[in-house]
Amino acid sequence: MLKFIAGRLMQSVFVMLFVGAIAFTLFQFVGDPINQMVGEDATQAEREELRERLGLNDPLIVQFGRFAANAATGDFGFSYQHKRPVIDLIAERLPATLELAGLSIILALLVGIPMGVYTGLHRYGVLSKIFMTLSLIGVSLPTFLIGILFIYLFSVILGWLPSFGRGEVVDLGWWTTGLLTLSGWKAVILPAVTLALFQMTLVMRLVRAEMLEVMRTDYIKFARARGIANRAVQFRHALKNTLVPVITIIGLQLGTVIAFAIITETVFQWPGMGRLFLQGIQSVDIPIMSAYLVMIAFFFVVINLIVDILYYVVDPRLRIDSAKGAN
Amino acid sequence: MQRRYLSTAALAAVLSAGLMAGPADAKELRWAFQTDTTSLDPMGHNVTFTFSVLGNVYEGLVRRGADLEIEPALAEKWEIVEPNRWRFHLRKGVKFHNGNDFNADDVIFSYQRINNPDSNVRDRVAGVTEVVKVDDYTVDFVTEVPNPILISQWESFFMMDKEWSEANGATVPTNTTKGIESYAGQHANGTGPFKITERTVDVRTVFVPNTEWWDKATHNLTKVTMTPITQSATRVAALLSGEIDMMYPAPLQDIDRINNNQGTSVISGPELRTIFLGMDQFRDKALGTNTDKNPFKDARVRKAVYQAIDIELIKKRIMRGLADPTSIMISPKLFALSDQVSRWPYDPEASKKLLAEAGYPDGFETRMDCPNDRYVNDAQICQAITAMLARVGIKLNMRAYPKAQFFADINRGKQDFAIYLLGWTPSSFDSHNVYYNLMSTWNEKTGQGRVNYGDFSDPRIDEITKLILTETDQAKRDKLILEGYQIVKEQAYYIPLHQQAVVWAARDTIELKQRADNQFHFRHVTVK
Repeated sequence: MLKFIAGRLMQSVFVMLFVGAIAFTLFQFVGDPINQMVGEDATQAEREELRERLGLNDPLIVQFGRFAANAATGDFGFSYQHKRPVIDLIAERLPATLELAGLSIILALLVGIPMGVYTGLHRYGVLSKIFMTLSLIGVSLPTFLIGILFIYLFSVILGWLPSFGRGEVVDLGWWTTGLLTLSGWKAVILPAVTLALFQMTLVMRLVRAEMLEVMRTDYIKFARARGIANRAVQFRHALKNTLVPVITIIGLQLGTVIAFAIITETVFQWPGMGRLFLQGIQSVDIPIMSAYLVMIAFFFVVINLIVDILYYVVDPRLRIDSAKGAN
Repeated sequence: MQRRYLSTAALAAVLSAGLMAGPADAKELRWAFQTDTTSLDPMGHNVTFTFSVLGNVYEGLVRRGADLEIEPALAEKWEIVEPNRWRFHLRKGVKFHNGNDFNADDVIFSYQRINNPDSNVRDRVAGVTEVVKVDDYTVDFVTEVPNPILISQWESFFMMDKEWSEANGATVPTNTTKGIESYAGQHANGTGPFKITERTVDVRTVFVPNTEWWDKATHNLTKVTMTPITQSATRVAALLSGEIDMMYPAPLQDIDRINNNQGTSVISGPELRTIFLGMDQFRDKALGTNTDKNPFKDARVRKAVYQAIDIELIKKRIMRGLADPTSIMISPKLFALSDQVSRWPYDPEASKKLLAEAGYPDGFETRMDCPNDRYVNDAQICQAITAMLARVGIKLNMRAYPKAQFFADINRGKQDFAIYLLGWTPSSFDSHNVYYNLMSTWNEKTGQGRVNYGDFSDPRIDEITKLILTETDQAKRDKLILEGYQIVKEQAYYIPLHQQAVVWAARDTIELKQRADNQFHFRHVTVK
């Protein structure tokens, strides 16, 4: 078990380094940060001097080495645009993104699972057909468009919900939350639903497929033969087995939701990390871009690691395999 | 029932926190721009919007009124005592927001701070060799050579409090390279009409009037809240739904929508920025062309390109009427004799004839580079020009890409283009800036002609550039300036297109003054 985790950790470090290296190579094609930092009137000498001071004239490998060494100590450098330590900027914006992503996942589960179960059990019902159609729309409409439509419907036409921002935020010192004020809750509804839609349909279809699968298995037939009530069979025996793959997928989706909050955050002016990253791209803010990418990679690596370990614990076959391998 | 009770309680809580319009006499202004100001350091960032925001909090020795005319601010009056020595008489009794007095020491301190190598606004005091304290309220600025336009770029040379900066370790501007974060980047202490009371970067900045301000307030505001909203569609929605009172820039495609909506309107006027085309006039073989030479070295070809462009159609179709076709390389607002130069008329036939004379009867193929996120509808303008030039036989392969990449490619050193589209606003509001940067021959030592990316060289223009720097007789100076603009037209060194418009949108209850440099100053706002 320990050997397994240690091996995994080693792999994770390589993944992170690899992501960092790819990111760094990409930055060579994003453009020139100097222009975004100095005024249009700045002289050639001033530009050259700034480039030299930022270390942009060093070979790529030297720049990357410097970045990796600093990042290992939690120092991601100074944002070119904001002129503040990147780590501070990210820390300020992390709570907003995590709250949004967390609520979206919860929403996706709370709505997606019941819908999945229902459509799995009543394959040919009218309601199931409606759910399936809606889920198709949810998957195929781009987030950006859904967000704009929501804003026009609920903010401009109905005037029920705010079109931008996070509402009033309570600062707890180490965390800022919008979930303690009414305006905060109002503000989170539209972006959370927008971000949740895709996950919702994913969960629903997954649960439905699993449900159909499980309902055909032998033990369900036996349970029925024993005369157990329909409801108990469906929810106690079938659903439990359905949820194993769902949990895995959700775990992996969590990383995706955090990473893909970029678009939702941009549409709703949500002050999270995704927007910071997007602004960073527009202004070639290399420290912000690299820090963000490494952090997202880190999220994925950690989530993957947890899922792997859980599997190892849950699934006896894996342990037997590795024992065999040792022989 | 239960729910209604809850929301009433919440509403009461919100009201008591003062988040909504409180009593009837509270005049609040809530507005949005597409980004936040990155820093509150007046010497950290050379960005118009940053100066626009800080111009409500900080002041310079001089300021500009709503029509960009220079007015006395922290200096009551000034005179040129010797050709290269300006004397400023400071306003007495001015206090910074923290209660400190403003005097000559603060001016000298501010000069030293802005002149720091890490300041991105150093060019405001370029050519100043020293600042001398005559007494507590008199200061001399000594320049290397006589400079008739010294104060014209001083609106964004803000005065900071020496004591406050020293006490908080903000004596040098934020240094990105050494990782020194200036206290002034997060806190502000100026002498201006508004104070910042609350700031969450990228979310909200709150201003309240400075009751101790030296000047008479003409606004009636009690509170100003600024929020950045990046997405145009969201920004428009926030205005339509009444969550904000004013916003800019307003996207051209939403203008009708905003005007047709009850209680909101668009306010527009020509901006100082001139949009123009430049051409490679230095390579022996132009990039991306199917000829073995450089067609753009021939003035007839450049003029052919000029006359093939239907600028009125671009104005009507692409800019939705919100552009002013221009004939010179500077905003007409900034040059008195601008009406004495006219555009070459749109004439495809003349254009074809010129091409034939120059030896390209069937035209030629080349490329055009444009930004797609820098100026109003920049990529669309280039698409239209591509279609127009195709009619006279010039086939353009257009590349439109984000500004970060675009500038890296066309900047001096790389100059990777055949034709390019660019915009320019002279930061000094004066023609000399245009001459020096865009029209002079490139000089590596001095940096003159740095933005003359096409690298043409005209001795007479170089001569005029020198003359207008020190010519103090306004009428003579204007004549010289006019001569140079006429040369640019005759030779078609550049093809000026138009002044794009400044487009703002606001609720009808807001009265404001729109400045042609796209700066928004709260002191001109009244709420009905």
